Amino acid sequence: MRRWLLPEGIEDLLPDEAVAVESLRRRLLDEFARHGYQLVAPPLLEYVESLFTGSGHDLDPRTFKLIDQLSGRTMGVRADITPQVARIDAHLLNRRGVTRLCYCGSVLHTLPAGLLASREPMQIGVELYGHAGPEADSEVIRLLARALALAEISAVRVDLGHVGIFRALMAEAGLADDAEQEVFAALQAKDVPTLRSLVAPMPESVRSGLLCLPELYGGPEVLDEAARRLPTRGDIVAAIANLRRLAVDLADLPIGFDLADLRGYHYHNGVVFAAYCDGAPGAVALGGRYDNVGECFGCKRAATGFSMDLRELVKLSPRPELPGAILAPWPEDKEVHEEVERLRRRGEAVVLALPGHAGFWREAGCDRALVRRGAEWIVETLKED
Amino acid sequence: MNGITVALSKGRIFEETLPLLAAAGIVPSENPEQSRKLIIGTNRPDVRVVIVRASDVPTYVQYGAADLGIAGKDVLIEHGGTGLYQPLDLKIAKCRMCVAAPDGFDYAAAVCRGARLRVATKYIQTAREHFAAKGVHVDLIKLYGSMELAPLAGLADAIVDLVSSGGTLKANNLVEVEEIMAISSRLVVNQASLKMKRALLQPVIDSFAGAVK
Repeated sequence: MRRWLLPEGIEDLLPDEAVAVESLRRRLLDEFARHGYQLVAPPLLEYVESLFTGSGHDLDPRTFKLIDQLSGRTMGVRADITPQVARIDAHLLNRRGVTRLCYCGSVLHTLPAGLLASREPMQIGVELYGHAGPEADSEVIRLLARALALAEISAVRVDLGHVGIFRALMAEAGLADDAEQEVFAALQAKDVPTLRSLVAPMPESVRSGLLCLPELYGGPEVLDEAARRLPTRGDIVAAIANLRRLAVDLADLPIGFDLADLRGYHYHNGVVFAAYCDGAPGAVALGGRYDNVGECFGCKRAATGFSMDLRELVKLSPRPELPGAILAPWPEDKEVHEEVERLRRRGEAVVLALPGHAGFWREAGCDRALVRRGAEWIVETLKED
Repeated sequence: MNGITVALSKGRIFEETLPLLAAAGIVPSENPEQSRKLIIGTNRPDVRVVIVRASDVPTYVQYGAADLGIAGKDVLIEHGGTGLYQPLDLKIAKCRMCVAAPDGFDYAAAVCRGARLRVATKYIQTAREHFAAKGVHVDLIKLYGSMELAPLAGLADAIVDLVSSGGTLKANNLVEVEEIMAISSRLVVNQASLKMKRALLQPVIDSFAGAVK
């Protein structure tokens, strides 16, 4: 038996990576706090009934489950923090005004969410409750762009879509759940041949509408094309107007539009978005509107937000050049002790040389040493290994 | 990689893709049948072709190691197609996915009386889905080649395999008892590539679409 072997998709964070993850976590949470997002920390596990309601619809097969020995009920290890935060907003806080919350914590997935994805992502994100207008979407997307810039991720592109368009077309088609699911899957894969055969029996307006969705991606000009080619139903016109508003509000950001990208459409109901960047084969952040998700917890509210995997972000961002530690002799007298404390107060990391250990300082992270030169203590480049 | 990487498999798919590439103004500089190189340049400095096994094409594209790829529907079904865009049916490398059984084996009767069939195939997902939809219990035996031998050697009652001319079946005294689906090759595109390199990829995709019609 290989005792050191970890389960597939589960990994340790070693010092270099752990410090990078922690440093980014702090920078992001500080940034969220500067925008008024208050930190919450929901539990690692809950009864499955609360995890799978509302936005947790698709999470059942991806959730690790166990039996609570106290109650005999099934508990799940969270696979997504979003439903937990929705529960907190709807049931615990009971605020009447706009509520901004953020979170960061590990989640577990039975099946990895994507290629090369960890089964233990560290999910970080924000949620904004209580405002149904496009200003909330705009704020959240702008914050996402800020977060990705803080992570120094290059060539970011945020693609926006709107679940309302697909929902309107489906309402007009009046399909059974299974058939709707097939259309959805074909649309997600931009699988036009399959889509064409699925829409063949549908009414003309729905058919042409669905068939043009996979082509509706690119810059803001896509919205004009959508207005021309999609049926003029009130809900579709409103959805396009909503996206137009965002195209204007966010014109300074690298945004695009993809009207066939509808991830999580089971619980989303308005603007949805996904961020892409160089070096990642899929989306690095996902978000969107999921109004009324708190209904099952007793409070219907407008809601939007985004989340991403901190471990994934760290892999895509350049490693920060962090200063090394200072090696100091074991403080036999008060003078050394004071010198060490002075350095630490200045924010330096100081490693004390325990008696009887010579060398291997570099692997412990030291690159400088505190040494006495005459009457003075000075810090100089570490010469020995 | 800044340009476009196209994943192709040797043989029929490569041959039948050449006219499509030509329509997009792309001409590979070598023939993989003659060259042993796995990365082949083209007349365009920003386009290269990687030669991989047919069943590996979706994997290369899914991971973003290639931006575009051409893969049979059979391969895509086995792969699952998650994380890929499949915008075009290229209508090349056409064939059929079929159930075949030894001449004289009464497949319809066996299915009808609810027998549990032993089926040998390389296409486990396709076979599982097909028989599940029919409500027939099967034991699947995964093979990597020469499926036609399995019923003759007593390993299986039937096989699920690709048939194009039917010559191999005939030579081994097997008959096609059911067509599962028509197969042709699809263009597959990496999701992030389509977003990040749209200006480069869209003209190629459009040229392919024009050449197919």
